[in-house]
Amino acid sequence: MGKTLAEKVWDAHVVRKGDGEGANAQPDLLFIDLHLVHEVTSPQAFEGLRLAGRQLRRPDLTIATEDHNTPTLDIDKPIADLTSRTQIQTLRNNCKEFGVRLHSLGDAEQGIVHVVGPQLGLTQPGMTVVCGDSHTSTHGAFGALAMGIGTSEVEHVMATQTLSLKPFKTMAINVEGTLRPGVSAKDIILAVIAKIGTGGGQGYVLEYRGSAIRALSMEARMTICNMSIEAGARAGMVAPDETTYAFMLGRPHAPQGADWDAAVEYWNTLHTDDDATFDVEVDLDADTLEPFVTWGTNPGQGISLNETVPFPEDFADENAKLAAERALQYMGLEAGTPMKDIRVDTVFLGSCTNSRIEDLRAAADVIRGREKDPKVRMLVVPGSARVRLEAEAEGLDKVFKEFGAEWRFAGCSMCLGMNPDQLEPGERCASTSNRNFEGRQGKGGRTHLVSPVVAAATAVRGTLSSPSDLESATATTTLTGTAV
Amino acid sequence: MEKFITHTGIGVPLRQSNVDTDQIIPAVYLKRITRTGFEDALFAAWRKDASFILNQEPFNAGSVLVAGPDFGTGSSREHAVWALKDYGFKAVLSSRFADIFRGNSGKQGLLAAEVAQDDIELIWKVLENAPGTEVKVDLVSKTVECGNVVAPFEIDDYTRWRLLEGLDDIGLTLQHEEDITAYEATRPSFKPRTLPARTQ
Repeated sequence: MGKTLAEKVWDAHVVRKGDGEGANAQPDLLFIDLHLVHEVTSPQAFEGLRLAGRQLRRPDLTIATEDHNTPTLDIDKPIADLTSRTQIQTLRNNCKEFGVRLHSLGDAEQGIVHVVGPQLGLTQPGMTVVCGDSHTSTHGAFGALAMGIGTSEVEHVMATQTLSLKPFKTMAINVEGTLRPGVSAKDIILAVIAKIGTGGGQGYVLEYRGSAIRALSMEARMTICNMSIEAGARAGMVAPDETTYAFMLGRPHAPQGADWDAAVEYWNTLHTDDDATFDVEVDLDADTLEPFVTWGTNPGQGISLNETVPFPEDFADENAKLAAERALQYMGLEAGTPMKDIRVDTVFLGSCTNSRIEDLRAAADVIRGREKDPKVRMLVVPGSARVRLEAEAEGLDKVFKEFGAEWRFAGCSMCLGMNPDQLEPGERCASTSNRNFEGRQGKGGRTHLVSPVVAAATAVRGTLSSPSDLESATATTTLTGTAV
Repeated sequence: MEKFITHTGIGVPLRQSNVDTDQIIPAVYLKRITRTGFEDALFAAWRKDASFILNQEPFNAGSVLVAGPDFGTGSSREHAVWALKDYGFKAVLSSRFADIFRGNSGKQGLLAAEVAQDDIELIWKVLENAPGTEVKVDLVSKTVECGNVVAPFEIDDYTRWRLLEGLDDIGLTLQHEEDITAYEATRPSFKPRTLPARTQ
């Protein structure tokens, strides 16, 4: 019988099969091709190595960046928050001691770890990629098996370049059809999570398939794989194809010459065989998909932007009903309110979900020549210093600045508010990030997850909006003008 | 790692689903570089509310957390497990755990016991009707006992064995170091290396 993509990548990395079978099977020991490191989940792992007198086995398969704590303003000055500064300094000391390559604040390759890996060409099809960060699933967009791990596992990978893993079940997410204008990858993944729930992917590696996925750019595929964890899945994958190779070609760490040819030959085998079966299949229709937005406090609590805030009593499951009641109270929303009537205070364009060059271009296209709602604050935080440079070369920074948005330096920023970029209590935000948990973007902050184009349209109107709302607004003005 | 065989302690009913890791420990507490001392950070936002369960006696002395489905969703932060342990929790009961949280628990000796939601509801009732009732979690027999409720729980055999024996993961893996070395020799040359560094 054939194998799925995930099974192929898994099998190619087994160092040692676990003893036993069935329920008594021990985990397999898998080799890790790339270990990404950042300042938050690594200090205790480095300390563990030091205490045990162990070496970091493969510095040449390890790379670190500073992202979670880094300020997005005044990056040439010492970090004001002392604990943040200490954590960053600890990473610098550890990388020096253990010989790990580090891209520090101010370096052209610094940025969010999940933006930096692909951008350098270090993320490649068929690899195993791990990082002490749940959004490592992002790298699955290249057909890599990429997983977030905890600090104990970070230490384990540092010491052994392997992980003990129990085999996953496989789930196909089939997305067929063509997305309508104004609908994007973010809407696909928010719709998937709303459909299968925050625990729906638990124990599974998801494979995104179908014509709508094949039509997506690498940036868009990364957005989708990034939020696999929000459906509870350990990883999400897309089979590599010409789009993948075109993205990789010429990147600093992409294979060169004969290695490139050998790599492509191997990568071409990385797809689910026709006679392979998935444990579960889920279908989503791209043709009818509309812009999606969350109303609650977990990423599964999402609906189409054209709908209204749901009534808790409409949920059949008692736990879901309670969760909805609590979420509406926290979010300060009344059931029945049209989503498009919800006014926001802040728009955040950034995070490992949506801070790549294509995301910035898409948002810039929406706001170009328009005015920002004066009551709305908009933060634009490129995913990496390189993305920032690229955007500036295209003049996107000017578009954002003329619109009235703040053009910041790279990092995780307001996605989780570990740096000064935070919401005030009660402040409402349309955010291109990945989590709308209580207090995620700042204590008492209220988050609506949206795509970059919805974020941009929302900044124009001040209420949750899609780009098509802007078009109709312009059309009305023209019509009135003609009548007069 | 300390062995976990059985534990008996006050049960804390947390009637909530999707308790995500940002609630267990907000990001602002992740800036520390130590592995201990996170007890103040546990449920930091919720603990500001006087009516929160851990602000009530005798639940504040609890050591077995009984939560709704999808516990530990979200971030991979192991700090969530450290905070639960530092506060004094030895076990968490839920009908469904997020994968990474469950993995992190197993590494740190916090028992993540998967109990059917119907049994969780029965245990909640016991704990709410008689606050301070102890929950006994027995890893040998894979059962929990609370008042008149006796329920089985699920945990994968490998994690159970490691917890019962108190085994260190890295030490176990390094017993197979020759396998790792042999695998490394077979890796194709097109696989990338981070060193020497190449940039644009």
